[in-house]
Amino acid sequence: MMEKLGWAAIFSRLALQFWPVWLALLAVFAVSLHYRRRTGLYGRLFESPLGMVGFGLVMFWVFTALFADAVLMFDPLSQIAQMKNKVPGTITPDGGVYLLGGDNLGRDVFSRMVMGARRVLAIAPAATVFAFMVGVTLGLPAGYRGGRLDAGLSFIANLVLAFPVILLFYLLVTPEIQLTGLPTALAAVLFLFPVIFFTMLWNSRFFTHPAKRNLYVGVTLVLGLWAWSGLAFNADPLGVWTMEPNMLNVFVSVVFVNAPTVFRIVRGLVMDIKTRDYVAAAQTRGEGPWYIMLWEILPNARGPLIVDFCLRIGYTTILLGTLGFFGLGVSPESPDWGSTINDGRRLLTIAPHPAIVPALALLSLVLGLNLLADALREESLKD
Amino acid sequence: MLKFLLRRTLTMVATALVLTFVVFWLTNLPPNLEKLAKSEGNARMTDGEVISWLDRNGHAQPLVKRYGEWLGVAPGWTDERDGVTSGRCIARGAAVEDSPRFCGVLQGYWGQSTVFKAPVSEIIATRLSLTGILMFWVMVLMVPSALLIGILAGMREGSKLDRTLSTVSIATTATPEYVSGVILIVVFSSSMVGLKWFKGTATSAMDGITFENFFLPVLTIALYGMGYIARMTRASMSEVMTAQYIRTARLKGASFGRVVMRHALRNALIAPFTVIMLQFPWLLNGVVIVETLFNFKGFGWTLVEAAGNNDIQLLLGCSVVAVVVVLVTQAMSDVGYVLLNPRIRVS
Amino acid sequence: MTDAQTPILEIENLSISFFTRTREIPAVMDFSCKVMPGEAMGLVGESGCGKSTVALGVMRDLGRNGRITGGSIRFKGRDITTMGERELRGLRGREIAMIYQEPMASLNPAMKVGAQLAEVPMIHEKISKADAWARARAIVEDVRLPDPDRILQAWPHQLSGGQQQRIVIAMALMSRPSLLILDEPTTALDVTVEAGIVDLVRDLAEKHGTSMLFISHNLGLVMDVCDRLCVMYSGEAVETGDVVEVFSEMRHPYTQALFRSIPLPGADKSARPLVAIPGNFPLPHERPPGCNFGPRCDYFVAGRCDAQEIPMLPAGGAPRHNSRCIRVDEIDWNAPPALAATAEPTPPGEVVIEASDLRKYYETSPGMFGGGTAKIVKANEQIDFSARAGETLAIVGESGCGKSTLAKVLMGLEVASAGTVTLNGDQIQQLPVEKRGPALISSLQMVFQNPFDTLNPSMTIGAQIIRALEIFQIGDSAADRHERMLNLLDLVKLPREFATRKPRQLSGGQKQRVGIARAFAGEAKVVVADEPVSALDVSVQAAVTDLLMEIQRKNRTTLLFISHDLGIVRYLSDRVLVMYLGHVVEIGTTAEVFSPPFHPYTEALLSAVPVADPRVTRKRIVLQGDIPSAMNPPPGCPFQTRCRWKPLVPGDLCETVVPDLRRLSGGHRVKCHLTDEQLATMEPVIEVAVG
Repeated sequence: MMEKLGWAAIFSRLALQFWPVWLALLAVFAVSLHYRRRTGLYGRLFESPLGMVGFGLVMFWVFTALFADAVLMFDPLSQIAQMKNKVPGTITPDGGVYLLGGDNLGRDVFSRMVMGARRVLAIAPAATVFAFMVGVTLGLPAGYRGGRLDAGLSFIANLVLAFPVILLFYLLVTPEIQLTGLPTALAAVLFLFPVIFFTMLWNSRFFTHPAKRNLYVGVTLVLGLWAWSGLAFNADPLGVWTMEPNMLNVFVSVVFVNAPTVFRIVRGLVMDIKTRDYVAAAQTRGEGPWYIMLWEILPNARGPLIVDFCLRIGYTTILLGTLGFFGLGVSPESPDWGSTINDGRRLLTIAPHPAIVPALALLSLVLGLNLLADALREESLKD
Repeated sequence: MLKFLLRRTLTMVATALVLTFVVFWLTNLPPNLEKLAKSEGNARMTDGEVISWLDRNGHAQPLVKRYGEWLGVAPGWTDERDGVTSGRCIARGAAVEDSPRFCGVLQGYWGQSTVFKAPVSEIIATRLSLTGILMFWVMVLMVPSALLIGILAGMREGSKLDRTLSTVSIATTATPEYVSGVILIVVFSSSMVGLKWFKGTATSAMDGITFENFFLPVLTIALYGMGYIARMTRASMSEVMTAQYIRTARLKGASFGRVVMRHALRNALIAPFTVIMLQFPWLLNGVVIVETLFNFKGFGWTLVEAAGNNDIQLLLGCSVVAVVVVLVTQAMSDVGYVLLNPRIRVS
Repeated sequence: MTDAQTPILEIENLSISFFTRTREIPAVMDFSCKVMPGEAMGLVGESGCGKSTVALGVMRDLGRNGRITGGSIRFKGRDITTMGERELRGLRGREIAMIYQEPMASLNPAMKVGAQLAEVPMIHEKISKADAWARARAIVEDVRLPDPDRILQAWPHQLSGGQQQRIVIAMALMSRPSLLILDEPTTALDVTVEAGIVDLVRDLAEKHGTSMLFISHNLGLVMDVCDRLCVMYSGEAVETGDVVEVFSEMRHPYTQALFRSIPLPGADKSARPLVAIPGNFPLPHERPPGCNFGPRCDYFVAGRCDAQEIPMLPAGGAPRHNSRCIRVDEIDWNAPPALAATAEPTPPGEVVIEASDLRKYYETSPGMFGGGTAKIVKANEQIDFSARAGETLAIVGESGCGKSTLAKVLMGLEVASAGTVTLNGDQIQQLPVEKRGPALISSLQMVFQNPFDTLNPSMTIGAQIIRALEIFQIGDSAADRHERMLNLLDLVKLPREFATRKPRQLSGGQKQRVGIARAFAGEAKVVVADEPVSALDVSVQAAVTDLLMEIQRKNRTTLLFISHDLGIVRYLSDRVLVMYLGHVVEIGTTAEVFSPPFHPYTEALLSAVPVADPRVTRKRIVLQGDIPSAMNPPPGCPFQTRCRWKPLVPGDLCETVVPDLRRLSGGHRVKCHLTDEQLATMEPVIEVAVG
């Protein structure tokens, strides 16, 4: 029988282990609370208790991901044979402690959870940003112009939405698909949208100052196409931008699934806002359609979009977990939460902790994001 | 109205065709076919043998032709070799003359599953009926409770009841099935907590449903959808409760109960109805996860098996069913919205 | 039964506050009034003065945040403020009924009209469903709706705005209440429809002896309907008394200033300009000490007016006339207003913009359910007019008359279907705005209606004006444009600090000034103003109107002033163009259009507008029915379905032939089949008693 810590000791050791996270949280809350009167919507978040809880949960995981190297106690991949399925608080042979127990291969559940946070928070927000870029860039003209363009784009969006997500994942995230180059082609299309978006954004605003316009558009094109070549084709000459094929496959699929919903939301918002007088005023002073869409309409749709952005990161986290749960697009050793839950579920009735820990981690992050979104919505409606 | 239905149906058929074509294309990609050849023929085939196997079995034709055959609008392929004519529509040992020219989904021929060694249509029929039972109980549990929670919360916006119920709904939407399922199993059926009220698997439910073996999977699926529907209902209800006609009703002297039941409810349920219908594709997701988690061999479990084992025909069949379910529910949500909303119906 | 001496409603020292998380916001303070049986009491004031809060207070329906913090409301001697929920329900709908501003919003969209009506007696009198429906049918007849059986079976959205409001009135009368509260009942309706509703309300109240609490911002309407009146300002009653008495001998500076800022017959933009009330309405939590009106008052005396709370004091000679002014006995109320700067009328110059036989047809796409072929909507038919430099041409008409479509065609947001628009000699009717050059665009600009919508909420005021300058290619450097932007702020009399503010920090009137600055950024030659002041409060309207005219005078701009408000049109326009269902029915100088002979529609329109002046007598012509839909216009003369002169025209001429726009004299033209002799028999609608 190995030595083992009591629950009180486990929790105090856990709390202690997160010290960089607590410090960062403390700093953020102190600064935010102090300046809450001057920071608009963000500041008002701190008037609602649930909003603060949500923000706290999200920031907890963000900082955990950032400081993962300082927080974790073991290498998440190294196995200690004696520690297989050991309960939380078990002392390792060399005097360390598996605070949350060991999994079926004898790896530290706690350290794997911490590393899992890093993996989720590296993909989910970025994928959501790309989904927004695609959805916004297509949703704006669809809502503003209407007509055939709208009908065509809406049909495509509905096509994607009519696919049960899980089927789509089974079809898109497979090693066979990677051989055909389909993910690369999709990536090439999807990753181009941010470049188009920012080029349009600067051009429509600054075409009256050619010098400024050329600078902004030039920088956007150089940076954008550089990153694009690296991310989509792994052809960055400098080797700064790169993405491993598995990751690219997962990333593209998640963007592909999310973009149509964003498209529909943006389209709806645009159709509402375009009837406002300030849009008519812009039209009567001869503004181009992209200026009106990007500078008159989009900034005034930001409220609902920010709320949806938070919700969507949570949803993307769930999707990533689903992928991991079915073992799609992840390497077998990966510490991401979805596949850890899947690994752990087989022994659920005997040794539940390897599955429960990442499950609760995922739950708290998504809950935090949803609470945050809800508080943002409530507060933005109070104007 | 007729024109609307016609157009709606046409869009639906077009969507179904495009979607099935995409699925057909993705399942019949060269690497998948190669795998198929190796698993059906010989795992150590050379590249040349693979090509000839594919050629012999009609997989070398153009994609559109193969899709047409599968759908049943193009005549099935035939292949004459060594005096023996084989073909898509020719059963082993059957005579060429007795075989039909077309055999595809439209003719009711869904192909043969390579994993289960049985006709796809049979497998899907049995598996789907199992899942149907699961879905039925999910709906029975989810819809009334979600509507009730939403209406109770939205009835008096900002009250304690509202705050509590809203937080609960947010929490359930933040809990995907693979998380809630794991937690529920641990709490209610593991030896660690020791409650052991329910069974951690639903395998036995395939033979006979009991509360003990079926409640957890049903609850797991229902929970995730419930929060979402409840939030929609709450939003809709609280918006309706601030509408002027509700004030009119109140100032007529109607009691709070009457205001809620007679004036608010119908208006508040229009929006959630659409949402409930559009939840079906979602439920499908939940079904796949839960059936895997609880080892309940229904439609979702079959889909995973088919996809995991490169069972092309079965996966295609599953996809057709999934797509049809989604499209039909979308159409139902449209029609239902029109029927519920007098403003649209008559115009 | 109550005897004539007990008031139906007696409000004493009522105070109502709304509570937010951080503070208490008093909405109504120390408000008292009395409504006697059969009496109609008017409650008048600008938005935010608390008049609707009083009404909701009487109904005890103040929501979660509102609370009665003091005083009493007695209805037939019973105190409403202390009533229990059950007792209150017995009162609502049966004893006190309410009619609201938006008829469509106040009817349940998912319930048939009949069910909504029948519900009232079923709740209160527990009568059977059949009896309730029978009563509903009788009341629907009472409110003069045609085909009551069809109406009872209809859904609310199938009725027109006027019909909906009649249903709301019917609903209020279902249980024969003794007090009717009307909260801006006609604000959402067109003037000619409003006239019918007002008539109906007055007749029914008289017939049943119902008392009324009539809430409105429209002084003329209150004079038409009410016996007594109470003027509110910033949460307080400032003057109360008999309507005619108050209107002819006002005893509070606010009432007086309000009257001087609205265009009554006789006001003239050059000789007798309006006097705007300086400053802004105080926000509820920024009210000054002492008299709330003090900071904006001409008679303000420091140390007295701001020393203590001012009580209601008896004023004038008449009984029950009170004023909340501490200097009520000192001020010489008959002194003429200090004359605002008058100006010489500007002589009109060259023709700048001209439209000839302009038409705009839309093809409506068949709706979601198809429903047959696409329909053609003739939004504009044969529009002919011209306007000269420095001239104001008013375009008048009710909803659906095509005035907004005309503005869109002029601005290039739509292209004309036929005809020409000539601006400074160039034809522009086929040039959509994208194809117009900066010079053309900047010379033809627009001021929009809704001040809350006219500015982009997420951009600063300065940035929005500078953007207009950039697009118009005015100014050669960023610094130059910044300077010009500041000058434009000066031009519209806004402080330069506003350049860095966001629109939400501005009041409605200030936003509208920014909108004007933006329109004039490129020294526009022609400005189309689409109802630029109709969404503003009365006291702000005058200031914005004056500003618009001042800039116009300075730049010799042609102003196309689109409006439904005949008062303001008479005050500021040189010439008037009256539109009905897409047609120009009358055009001429202001004097010609406002005096006989008229087009029959102009006559009805003029008579429908309430005038807040007891010296004015007005002939009442109430048009039957509603404005036909532009989707389905009547054949022949567009006005024939509602015209009271039609019997004089022989045969079915009116039903079959569209009349020509016939010249009567000079530039005065009328689209009517009546002969010159018949037109000559028309009498003036408005007469101002001399003295």
